[in-house]
Amino acid sequence: MSAPVIIFFVLAAMCVIGAISLILQRHPIHSALSLIVVMVALAGLYLLMGAEFVAAVQIIVYGGAIMVLFVFVIMLLNAGLEQRTNVSKLAGFAGIPLAVALTGLLAAAVARSEDAVQAATQTGATAPTKALANLLFQDFVYPFELTSFLILVAILGAIVLAGPRSET
Amino acid sequence: MVPTHYYVILSAVLFGLGVIAFIFKRNIITIFMSIELMLNAVNLAFVAFSQVWHRLDGQVFVLFVIVVAAAEAAVGLGIIILTARNRRSLNIERVDLLKL
Repeated sequence: MSAPVIIFFVLAAMCVIGAISLILQRHPIHSALSLIVVMVALAGLYLLMGAEFVAAVQIIVYGGAIMVLFVFVIMLLNAGLEQRTNVSKLAGFAGIPLAVALTGLLAAAVARSEDAVQAATQTGATAPTKALANLLFQDFVYPFELTSFLILVAILGAIVLAGPRSET
Repeated sequence: MVPTHYYVILSAVLFGLGVIAFIFKRNIITIFMSIELMLNAVNLAFVAFSQVWHRLDGQVFVLFVIVVAAAEAAVGLGIIILTARNRRSLNIERVDLLKL
């Protein structure tokens, strides 16, 4: 095995172990830390593929901003251990088999897909960030501007929802 | 070099783990985190295919997904704070107004 394959398997193992740990941990803050492990490992995979800008954004926005928001809310609400209650019968019996079947179907669809995808290897050639910027600010400029509007609405929504109570 | 279907299968596995977490976790915040896990799994597939076809559109889509996830996290956590204030609990069992 060449070095990139070994690095891939190490990072993939980190991802899967982090995701399983997210399920098994009972305290929300431990789940959040597991999710941060998954996100940093995914950023490593993006770097391995050569998508360096996406890797940087993944760490800054996901690992930084979004997860800090999560941890902040967990601290604010003083979230304790998760209470174990009986899951619904349908989820208990059919949940894991159906989720495994979903994963298997997706993986089988990939395994039987076109040879073009099968044969293609990730060369690890870095995608030029300049080309990404050109695409983002020329072809996708209207969606890009719309996202700023979306974030503005989200800020307003968050303030209205969680802000100080208005006396009615 | 790493074959592309490794990445796509890893993406499917992560998505499946996100679904399992979504079904079995009882804490609202953790359920919300499993949604983020599923979004991340899809992002991985986007970047993998973008590198296969040597087109950057997939990476632009990933940036948009991250932006929408950030907005969703802000609003969703606002709703969670509100729910926790009203119900005095983070257990999903206590939020059952729409349950049959």
